[in-house]
Amino acid sequence: MNTKVVLITGALTGIGRATALAFAKEGARLIISGRRDEAGAKLVTELRELGAEAEYVRADVRIEEEVHNLVDQTIKRFGRIDVAVNNAGTEGKPGPLIDQTVETYATTFDTNVLGTFLGLKHELKLMIPQGAGSIINISSTLGQRTAPGASIYAASKHAVEGLTKTAALEAASANVRVNAVAPGPIDTGMLDRFTGSADKKAGLIAGVPLKRMGHPDEVAQTILFLASDKAPFITGQIFGIDGGKMA
Amino acid sequence: MSNNNGQKLAGKVAVITGGSRGIGAAITKRLAADGATVAFTYAKDADAAASVVKEIEGRGGKAIAIQADAADAAAVKAAVEKAFGTFGRLDVLVNNAGTAIPKPFEEATLEEMDRVIDINIRGVFVATQAALKHMKSGGRIIMIGSAVGERVAAPGLVPYAGTKGAVKMFTQALAREIGNRGITVNNVQPGPIDTELNPASGDWAVPQKAATALNRYGNVEEIAAMVAFVAGPESSYTTGANLTVDGGMNA
Repeated sequence: MNTKVVLITGALTGIGRATALAFAKEGARLIISGRRDEAGAKLVTELRELGAEAEYVRADVRIEEEVHNLVDQTIKRFGRIDVAVNNAGTEGKPGPLIDQTVETYATTFDTNVLGTFLGLKHELKLMIPQGAGSIINISSTLGQRTAPGASIYAASKHAVEGLTKTAALEAASANVRVNAVAPGPIDTGMLDRFTGSADKKAGLIAGVPLKRMGHPDEVAQTILFLASDKAPFITGQIFGIDGGKMA
Repeated sequence: MSNNNGQKLAGKVAVITGGSRGIGAAITKRLAADGATVAFTYAKDADAAASVVKEIEGRGGKAIAIQADAADAAAVKAAVEKAFGTFGRLDVLVNNAGTAIPKPFEEATLEEMDRVIDINIRGVFVATQAALKHMKSGGRIIMIGSAVGERVAAPGLVPYAGTKGAVKMFTQALAREIGNRGITVNNVQPGPIDTELNPASGDWAVPQKAATALNRYGNVEEIAAMVAFVAGPESSYTTGANLTVDGGMNA
């Protein structure tokens, strides 16, 4: 039985939700966060039905006090944090760079970069004295390469990889590991919003060597692996789950 | 079996090249512990190979050892055929056999370069082609590359690093070419791992240990665990990936 304490941001939909369910099935104790209280309460009920101890804490990852509070609430409830999944993210407003604005930049970077930074900061402040822990950030195949229309999102995911590797180097001596997963096209609401049309989505999938979208649970299982005691020598790595898109 | 947390490879057949010692032996034992029937090759040490088979059988697993030098194309091909002929299917190939002849580049001979290429690249080509003949959708090709295939922190490894860089692109190109068959191809890249060939103590170990963020050598089980994950059902959307297990050396 896996009784690790796991904190997941952006846990209410897509990959975050699949990750919460997968950890719950393993018996983990969970703090899930998001910005929609009703959906949070509903997911907590599902997680408890799977036998897991779970609480929802409302947190907007763009606001430092809320991230700080999220970590505090986790400690108050469970006394420690073994695994943190900084999953909250947004596709922003995909489209040509020349149409992007200060506002679309801020929308994307505040959640994807500031949110990941604030999560890392407050998680590491706890895990380093703890002398153990595993953090998993969410990058993307666009964290290493890019595509037309993805300028700000791709830049934000490139930044997530820089944060991940630096945090890994700084936390390693305390036996805290920091890695990221880099999903390709995964069957989620974000992919639908990102592609915008069925044609564009089909075109994207045609470029994937495995010729299909991934399932959120396929990302979740890799996050579980990186969080587990099977991966103690893995840190500072970006793990692709992309059907071969980056090959 | 001692492992009761799910036999994720039950019913599968895995072939591992160079499975009698070091990382290869750990991979062979781990895949067997996860429920796979294993066939592995060894170059010379029949006693070491027999003891791996005995250990797996002692835990209720099924294993055979086949003598085949990774530089001998006919022998490698015959070994893959023997594994398929014996067990009737082939689900996982782990291209683990490899060699390094560390020394300053200008002292390396062409014969040494050829030897490293023959085992690290040509051997991978032959075993992979032979295995693909029998592999169906859901199959797994797993390379054991090296963290030095992407970044080199120490001198003396020019031919080795060159071949491991080649393994990385071999992986990526093959993943694209056979993706539509539902077969994944991935490259596990170990950093400094404590084995007979690269012991965690001694002069040569000092800079390698210092180059890792975790400030330690890895152990063979830590590589075997990654290989088992990539061989298993949970990594089904990961292909063409270079998966580095190096204590943060390349971060």
